[in-house]
Amino acid sequence: MEPRKRPKHLDLTKIRLPVPGLVSILHRVSGAGLFLLLPLVLCLLERSLRSAQSYDSLRATLQMPLVRLVLVGLLWALLHHLFAGIRFLALDLHKGTDLHTARATSRLVLGAGIACTVILGAWLW
Amino acid sequence: MVKRVVVGAHYGLRDWLAQRATAVIMAIYLAVFGLLLLALRPDSYEAWRGLFVLPGMRLASSVFFGALFYHAWVGVRDIVMDYVQPTLVRLVLEVAVITCLFAYGVWALQILWSI
Repeated sequence: MEPRKRPKHLDLTKIRLPVPGLVSILHRVSGAGLFLLLPLVLCLLERSLRSAQSYDSLRATLQMPLVRLVLVGLLWALLHHLFAGIRFLALDLHKGTDLHTARATSRLVLGAGIACTVILGAWLW
Repeated sequence: MVKRVVVGAHYGLRDWLAQRATAVIMAIYLAVFGLLLLALRPDSYEAWRGLFVLPGMRLASSVFFGALFYHAWVGVRDIVMDYVQPTLVRLVLEVAVITCLFAYGVWALQILWSI
């Protein structure tokens, strides 16, 4: 059976998501990003462990600004996905489902992700 | 007989639970790994490799990657189910994702157990 034609509104520039919605879609986006960059992560791990030479050459590569940019993005993706995921686990246990708490924890997750990315990023480099 | 369409569904509760169980496993591993990094501060190849040959480290890391690939499968399958309606395209994508994740799993094991 053909699905009925329903009105669609998918203009991403005009949709204003509430904070919990933003955290949620970023959780999905970060997850997708982590999945897509998995081969890169495995490649880095492999090179770091294969030999002292590949470890040294890897560290040299990690100095490049473009590489660092990608890795900072990956770091944020991991941290946001982790923090938002923990929030989702709490929601599964019916903790924090009232509007006020939901918004507060959403802001906390969003802020913590960015803050930890900045702190860890600065510390690593 | 109801006409069944292969949609990658009907495994709801199992995968929903697995997604959360694997998440917890990975969170614990990452916390321990983070603490090890802070304690050991590996700054050379020997130190970094030394971390991975600690007793139980390779096994724990293998478990971590196993959890990661099942977790990733459930997540990506949810995305594909939400946005890709044409059944054949969705099936092809899902098979491609599973194949990639399986390959990554074998690759990760090879990385960990060849050091």
